Amino acid sequence: MFYREAGDFKTSYTDDSQTFPIRFDRYRYYAVLVAAFAVVPFVINDYWVNAVFLPFLIYAIAAIGLNILVGYCGQVSLGTGGFMAVGAYACYKLMTGFPEVSIFFHIILAGGITAAVCVLFGLPSLRIKGFYLAVATLAAQFFLVWLFNRVGWFYNYSASGQINAPERTIAGVPVTGAETAPWAAYLFCLVFVVASAIIARNLTRGMAGRKWMAIRDMDIAAEIIGVNPLKAKLSAFAASGFFVGISGALFFAVYLGAVEVGEAFGINKSFLVLFMVIIGGLGSIFGSFAGAAFLVLLPVLLKNVLVGGLGWPTDLAAHLELIIVGALIIVFLVAEPHGLAQLWRVAKEKLRLWPFPH
Amino acid sequence: MKLKLMATALAAAMVAGPAMAELTIVDTSYRTGPYAANGIPFSDGYQDYFTLLNERDGGIGGERINLVECETGYNTEKGVECYESTKGAGNGALVYQPLSTGITYQLIPKATADGIPLHTMGYGRTSAKNGSVFKWVFNYPANYWDGASHAITHILNENGGDISDRKIALVYHNSAYGKEPIRTLENLAEKHGYELMLLPVDHPGQEQKSQWLQIRRERPDNVIMWGWGVMNQVAIQEAVNIRYPMDQFIGIWWSGSENDVKAAGARADGYKALTFHNLGDEYPVYDDIREYVVGSGNAAGAGDQIGSVLYNRGMYAAMLAAEAIKTAQEMHGVSSINADQMRDGMENLEMTEEKMAALGLPNFGPEFTVSCENHGGNGFGAVSQWDAEAGEFELITDYYQSDQEIISKLVAEDSQQFAEENGIEPRC
Repeated sequence: MFYREAGDFKTSYTDDSQTFPIRFDRYRYYAVLVAAFAVVPFVINDYWVNAVFLPFLIYAIAAIGLNILVGYCGQVSLGTGGFMAVGAYACYKLMTGFPEVSIFFHIILAGGITAAVCVLFGLPSLRIKGFYLAVATLAAQFFLVWLFNRVGWFYNYSASGQINAPERTIAGVPVTGAETAPWAAYLFCLVFVVASAIIARNLTRGMAGRKWMAIRDMDIAAEIIGVNPLKAKLSAFAASGFFVGISGALFFAVYLGAVEVGEAFGINKSFLVLFMVIIGGLGSIFGSFAGAAFLVLLPVLLKNVLVGGLGWPTDLAAHLELIIVGALIIVFLVAEPHGLAQLWRVAKEKLRLWPFPH
Repeated sequence: MKLKLMATALAAAMVAGPAMAELTIVDTSYRTGPYAANGIPFSDGYQDYFTLLNERDGGIGGERINLVECETGYNTEKGVECYESTKGAGNGALVYQPLSTGITYQLIPKATADGIPLHTMGYGRTSAKNGSVFKWVFNYPANYWDGASHAITHILNENGGDISDRKIALVYHNSAYGKEPIRTLENLAEKHGYELMLLPVDHPGQEQKSQWLQIRRERPDNVIMWGWGVMNQVAIQEAVNIRYPMDQFIGIWWSGSENDVKAAGARADGYKALTFHNLGDEYPVYDDIREYVVGSGNAAGAGDQIGSVLYNRGMYAAMLAAEAIKTAQEMHGVSSINADQMRDGMENLEMTEEKMAALGLPNFGPEFTVSCENHGGNGFGAVSQWDAEAGEFELITDYYQSDQEIISKLVAEDSQQFAEENGIEPRC
């Protein structure tokens, strides 16, 4: 009944190759956008923004970035935390160095700087693959965290080694700092999320994305048919770094406001984003959102149910949370190795025939 | 999937509605993760004291206390979530005691904007001592810079007042917390002429072989430690392993609890740690805690921490909060105070010996007065030493004041910088 293509005729190639070719799907997408931009900002409060929406949106950008590298280009990276730190520190240096420039451009520039750093650390990918590349990017993770902790210039020689986001406004409305209204922070991140998703979607279905996927599926074959591995791999690192950098900048400037590199961008962060990508679905933009939602919202939900709803002790709830999230990850991956995105695809197939499957 | 999750989350958030009570105290504890060994006793002490007030006196000034606990895991993201979810609990949270310097840095701007006081007792941002700039942040009775000075003064006293030929190493948690004392120690090094050696340890601190190898090679005369959680145990074990003289090893007050030294066994004997309150359970208040809290089965956690160093500290923090509530109630003539009035209570708090004795805690902590200019107390502290045989820390010095000459200059500089960055006009 839903998601049926019957009667949905396309008369041009543009129509036929759009992201949501099925009319029902397209309207659903528009409805989500309208709700996200025009409804949610009016109903959310501090708690919903800071505990649910901001982390979800920001991790979704990071997951999109990592998905380009791991899911589309097949280059395993464990350096996401470090690259997010590059975005955060680049944003901080730009914010404090050029206070007159809009924060919007600082965040984009921070993405650009991260892309450059990411390309640098992506160079070894031309010679090493798979697990060995994972180890090389792991080195990037530790090196970058060490660097930001060690060199005072990055944190403007503050006594604590922390970086703090000063207040910055867009059209007079603060989007960073303590005075930020919940809706402003939310909308600011939402704009970046939607733009990132659209750019990533178009990158991955265009020439660049096809090259990445060719490299992922078999790099020697790709080289034989004329894909330049140097350009393809490094462009994947650059695109990935760009999005990860943006998410790191937003994570620091809008979400947390003050950041300590070892704690906020440690190895745990790299794994968290990698899990999001794997659980959400490798090589899927929707999967990035689904994975981020799963790993950000589930712990908050469990905490609210166990502590708030059932009144259990907080330590018991915290331990159970780890067990339940871990168990669910295993269950999901056993039941559907291609992640939540594949579950969604299957659900759509089923809905198409529902309620008469035969 | 996502929508369904969010709908359930919404439903859960609604179920978790406020329990109506008059005075809401939030305990942002951590009973899980690498810092749990230290987080549990502090949180138990903090909660038990409020439970005692509820059970014995029916609350404070006739108002019962609504205790809300939230698990942060010493993680800043969870800390933010906790803060946002609890700040509106009941009639609004009165005070936050995050017990984490990282979370404190996070909360200073947020709490200032929301108008909720923060009490960062012996941790957090040291320059918050300048209440003229940090209106909502309090760090009495002592702060990290006081602690650094206490340690150096103790070494001075041990060595007849001359330490110009000594080499002192600082082993610190490589985070905002551990970096706090560096500037003070550098300034003190200029004054006293000792050589300072910095050895950072990365979170969570389980891996310290290379730092202690360096100590073994360079043989510093004294080691000062700024550690927390599992880092303390590992450092003390490593010091024992390289046979470092334990009486030359001084930890900050966060590195001086029983959990930290017990693992290293008898050879940890003689390890020193700073403190800003007394130790042991030889106080009348503990009889009441045993009777009203443990006896009635309301003890927080497993109830096995009573009298330990960090339990005492948690209880001390709760006692200071309760006294601030009393002060606020007297000042404003209402028993059901709000966060704004709580702040006034904290700013006019006066801790005297009579007050503490009346509470069943005679001579438990230093006397101090809080004022608009001074949110940090007078910087008194003492040194305690671990007696492995008796299994307890014992005070080996009287309370003495930190080097105010150096510290007040540093506080003024740092708070001035903060005021400029954030466009704050000093209040007084």
